[in-house]
Amino acid sequence: MPPIPGSGLAKGLAVTLRTMTKRSHTAQYPDAQPELPPRTRGVIGLFEENCTVCMLCARECPDWCIYIDSHKETIPAVTPGGRERSRNVLDRFAIDFSLCMYCGICIEVCPFDALFWSPEFEYAETDIRDLTHERDKLREWMWTVPAPPALDPAAEEPKEVAAARKAVEKAEAAAAAAAAQAAAAAAQDAPTTGPGTPGTPGTPGTPGTPESPAGGTAR
Amino acid sequence: MNDVLDVALRLIVVFAVFLVLPLVIGQTEHKVMAHMQGRLGPMYAGGFHGWAQLVADGVKFAQKEDVVPAGADRRIFQLAPAVALLPYLLVLVAIPVGPSEGAVGQVIDAGLFFVLAVMGVGVLGSVMAGWASANKFSLLGGLRTAAQLLAYELPMLLAAASVAMAAGTVSLPGIVGAFEWWWLPWQITGALVFFTAGLAELQRPPFDMPVADSEIIFGAYTEYTGLRFALFLLAEYAGIVVLCALTTVLFLGGWHGPFGGGWGWTLLKTAVLAFVVIWLRVSYPRLREDQLQKLAWTVLIPLALAQIALTGIVKVAIQ
Repeated sequence: MPPIPGSGLAKGLAVTLRTMTKRSHTAQYPDAQPELPPRTRGVIGLFEENCTVCMLCARECPDWCIYIDSHKETIPAVTPGGRERSRNVLDRFAIDFSLCMYCGICIEVCPFDALFWSPEFEYAETDIRDLTHERDKLREWMWTVPAPPALDPAAEEPKEVAAARKAVEKAEAAAAAAAAQAAAAAAQDAPTTGPGTPGTPGTPGTPGTPESPAGGTAR
Repeated sequence: MNDVLDVALRLIVVFAVFLVLPLVIGQTEHKVMAHMQGRLGPMYAGGFHGWAQLVADGVKFAQKEDVVPAGADRRIFQLAPAVALLPYLLVLVAIPVGPSEGAVGQVIDAGLFFVLAVMGVGVLGSVMAGWASANKFSLLGGLRTAAQLLAYELPMLLAAASVAMAAGTVSLPGIVGAFEWWWLPWQITGALVFFTAGLAELQRPPFDMPVADSEIIFGAYTEYTGLRFALFLLAEYAGIVVLCALTTVLFLGGWHGPFGGGWGWTLLKTAVLAFVVIWLRVSYPRLREDQLQKLAWTVLIPLALAQIALTGIVKVAIQ
């Protein structure tokens, strides 16, 4: 059926009228802050405890806007006769946001989760040099990083959680096994030693045995 | 002395209406257009939902330098905004709002004739501006204005003539006085033609080819700045008031209405029509120049002639 002549004109009027009755999309920004989701590309926060000064971020940055200074410290050997260890200590970590193009590569490459996106975006400055955010400022941004969004209901378990859960399960299994062993040993000991000697050398060891495999599962 | 006071009072009231209503319509346009496009429109000027936006605009326009181009025809250039604006003030004097003697600025026996003649003068302002600016875009705008005036004045007059035939008078209060509810279906074609042609004469979208800002930079108004430009804009909104009030008076029965008539009905109908004017602007894209001419000569004029024929037949039949 061909359309009725003029129906297009009526449709146009209907569209504008319907739009008028709906809520407008305008965000009244300076009066009302926008609600930005986690991982919004506002500013980059640094969690410096996680940083090992591996320099990956600085090297991957397409703009070369990350500045890192560090020095090495040697840690004396823990055990006598052991080897001394060396450790990187961060002296300076700065991001020049006047160069940064918010590509997020530094955050992607960081192997120790030291860099995070924060949705804060109101850090305009009147002097371009103030846009180079030093370590303390990057640390302050870290506190504005929101928790990551929840996983989908049927999603796979995150790797970290899976590893931790496996470690706990293993520890529990070992503890249960040790407890069973200890119980069996105690059952064997009981008829031979008799009730007169409760403080046998085997008993103080029993609370300690479940602990040791739990601590040692990582190895 | 009493007569002088009476005339002065009437003129002051008409002048106040002339200054206030176009601004109200302008503000409504800001807001309605914004919401039809999913926006909020002005929100800051004056505090409450930007009610003083047009006042602020006026202050801004008044502060701007009044530039006259070196090559312009100086006197005509400066006179043009007044020619565009004043006719609408004159028309407003003759439009009856209520049934009583006090509800019209001045009763004119040949009211319809006067109103249409004076409204035609308003368009001359744009033509003068277009010619006097000594600017190619302005000249194009002026030519298009002239072409549009020629094309749309005819259907507008024919539609108005149909109402005058029906009422047997050209006095505006006389026409409203003779109005019956069944005139509405009887004159509906004429009403549509009159309203459309009026829109085109005001150069309102979708008939804004002469001022098309995206192609000929506001046509005849290209060279205008400051207050003179503001006067042209004011003329456009005053034109909306006049067109809507005239359509109300001629075709929608003016102050007649359910629950006893009164001047409130005239204002309400005018306001609804003004909303429609804004609504049409938001909904439709601009007509091309040849489409504009085609619409006038092949659609509106035949429709207006058919309306006159229908009016004549019915008029003879009921006598």
